[in-house]
This record gives sequence, C-alpha cells and structure tokens, in this order.
Amino acid sequence: MEWVDEALVLSVRPHGETAALVELLTREHGRYLAMVHGGRSRKNRPVLQIGNHVDVTWKARLADQLGHANVSIRRGFAAETMNDRLSLCALTSLCALSRTLAERDPHPSLFEVSLFVLGFLDDATVWPALYVRWEMALLEELGFGLDLNECAVSGLTDDLAYVSPNSGRAVSVGAAAPYVDRLLTLPGFMLSGRRGVVTRDDMLAGLKLTGHFLEHRILVPREALMPDARVQLPALLAREKI
Amino acid sequence: MSDKIAGPEIERLISLLGRMPGLGRRSARKAALALLKRRDDLLMPLADAMRDAAEKLTECVQCGNIDTISPCTLCADPRRDQTMIVVVEEVGDLWALERAGAVRGLYHVLGGHLSPLDGIGPDRLNIAKLVKRAHQPEVTEILLALNVTVEGQSTAHYLTDALEASGVMLSRLAQGVPVGGELDYLDEGTLLAAFKSRSKV
Repeated sequence: MEWVDEALVLSVRPHGETAALVELLTREHGRYLAMVHGGRSRKNRPVLQIGNHVDVTWKARLADQLGHANVSIRRGFAAETMNDRLSLCALTSLCALSRTLAERDPHPSLFEVSLFVLGFLDDATVWPALYVRWEMALLEELGFGLDLNECAVSGLTDDLAYVSPNSGRAVSVGAAAPYVDRLLTLPGFMLSGRRGVVTRDDMLAGLKLTGHFLEHRILVPREALMPDARVQLPALLAREKI
Repeated sequence: MSDKIAGPEIERLISLLGRMPGLGRRSARKAALALLKRRDDLLMPLADAMRDAAEKLTECVQCGNIDTISPCTLCADPRRDQTMIVVVEEVGDLWALERAGAVRGLYHVLGGHLSPLDGIGPDRLNIAKLVKRAHQPEVTEILLALNVTVEGQSTAHYLTDALEASGVMLSRLAQGVPVGGELDYLDEGTLLAAFKSRSKV
C-alpha cells in the first residue's frame, strides 16, 4: 500500500529517540497519521514543523496500519511566520483546528483554502479576513456550514447584518431589530461577492462569529477546548499594528 | 531461545542501561560487560557516583537548573554577569551554551515550551520566577535562547509579553547560516532566516 500526496504538517510528536509521529492534512487523503523514521534528525526537524507544506510518500503493508512516511519540504510556512507573533498564532490556530477533521476523510477544497491562507500570512491586511473564511469553510466541511444567503426571518437577500447564534442563518437589519443584542454581527466580507475595505472591527466580528460556531457545534460536543492559539488570536489582532 | 544471558541482577543492570538514551539492549549488554569486568575501578565508583548524585540531586531555587547544590554552581558564581539572564527550555540547552562558553550571564531554565497539544500551558513552566527575577534592579537584559521551532518561538512571544512590564532589554539568538554550513545543503527555512537577518559588510 503506497501513495504520494502533498500535505500540511498539523502536529509532530517525538517517538523513541529518532522517530516522530506526524499528523498531516493531505490534499487527497485527508488527515493522516504516520511514523517518520529519522523524524527527529537534524535533516528532518526543519521539515517537520507545524504548518509546513510538504510532499509525502506514505507506505504500509495494509491500508489500516499507521504506516510510515517520507516527507520533503515544499514551502516552509513555519519559518516564514516564526518571527511574527500574530501570523504564527494564526498558523498554529489553523493547524490545531484542522485536527478536528475526521481521520482519512479527504477535504481537498479545504486543503486548497488552507494553502491560500498560509500563503498570505505575511500580509496582515489580508490574511485575517481569509482566515475567517477558512474557518467558515472548516465549519462547512464538518457539516455545520453557515447559511448566509438570505434572511432567516424575512427571506430577504439584502441588508444581511447579523447571524442567529442558534441556527447559523443570516438575519437582515430590519428583522433583527427586536433581537439585536442576542445576535452575532455579520461583517460584510463574509458574504459571497462582497468587495471593499475590511476593517479590524470586521475581522474581529468575523472571528467572534466563526469562533462561536466552532466552539458550540464542534468542540463542546467533543468535550474539547478551543485551541490556545485561537483563543489568543482576537486579542492579538485587536492589539497588534497591522 | 531465551533472551536472558545472566542472573537477575545482571539482567536488571542491562535492562536499566538499555533505557538510557542512545543505548539499545545490545549496547547495554556491552556497557554492562565493561562494568562487570572492571568492578573495582569502574563499576563501584560509578555506583557510588550515581548514588551520591541521586541523593544530592536538587533543582536550583533561582534558575531551575539541576545540580547538587541550591542555588546551583552557576547562580552561586560571583564572577558571572549578574545583569544578564539567558532563558533556555531545558537543562541540556544550558549545558550546550556553557560548552560553547558563549555567555557568562546567569540562566533560567523554563522546563519545556508551551505546547497546547501536550496540555503544557504557562502555569506548567518556570515562568513566574523569571518574571520575578526580571524585576531585580541589577538585571538589564534577558536573552531568550529558545529553540527555533513553532513551539519555541510561540513561547518566546509569550515571554516577550510577560516580561514587557519589567522594562529590561529583551533579545534573542540570531538565526541563519551555521558555521561550516554550505548553502546548497541548508534547508529553506534556515536560508530564509539568514536572508532576513542579513547584515551590512
């Protein structure tokens, strides 16, 4: 049993003295665990950093086995972001949340979006909005996509400005009036086809919105906690100069 | 065929030696045999040294270093630069820096790095003492000599925040081409770091 694919490194754990157990988000094969012999070697340590884009060759005698992998670097996103706490936090958060995906269940479109977001981590005016859209994509892949096409109350497709924290459906300004304090703000950039300047407040509102659904739909039912990096992300974004 | 080649005491010795880093069962057998052959000049002194170290082993109350005295040998040395604290993840990192003789300052051992994956948060590391030490009037610089990994640098960013209020100068180790490094053999991350840290000649 053998396949070749590209992947993002989600986590690395030492195994014995020289090997490493790696968790990868592959394009065609989904989230995969594998043993990398010599994974703690001087040669492989820079490659096996969280967030790196790698080429993988996975081999095992049977498909069900853990298998072992050979990895080589494509793009070192970890090294690119290491000196910037905000983008490093986003990279860590993206990798930590990707671990909520079911094992060996392919999500090629999410993989593509992930690469796209990571590719923009050096531009803080762009990536936070992309990151929020990535979390939307993650929710969708996990079966909890937000319905932002029309107002849940009136059916209108204009003036959508809020989201119901229970149903995940958009609500228009007019219909939201009696319940505003209980609804989540929907920033314009999260609606498909919208263009224009994305402010820091928009980014923070987007993070709050997706964070709410990630927590209540994905993490709480699994008795899992929000990853530390994701918890810190809004505070850092609010504070750091971008 | 039985794996045992000697009595239980020797087997226990081999088994324990085999748990040392870098030693498998085969190497452990060789080491055990060497010890048994040199009972008086190696085995007994080694056993005494190990017992002695095990009895006196302690963690330095100031820096978290492992030594047989507390404060440790390095903290108690008045010749060391008291104005600089070098923060490292593990005692092994401290030993590496001491081997190089690169710094003459004091150390602070965190005892690991932040790792959400392993449930290691700031409260599990030796950070509170570091913040306290940073507020001592003689301290003017704190060097964050942490591993250049995602976890190591996340820890460095956290410490930067935690130490901000102390007002001391924070620095970190340079990243780039190692001594003896040939460019075509270096990984992309190292080359990128070296490029970003390029200096005027």
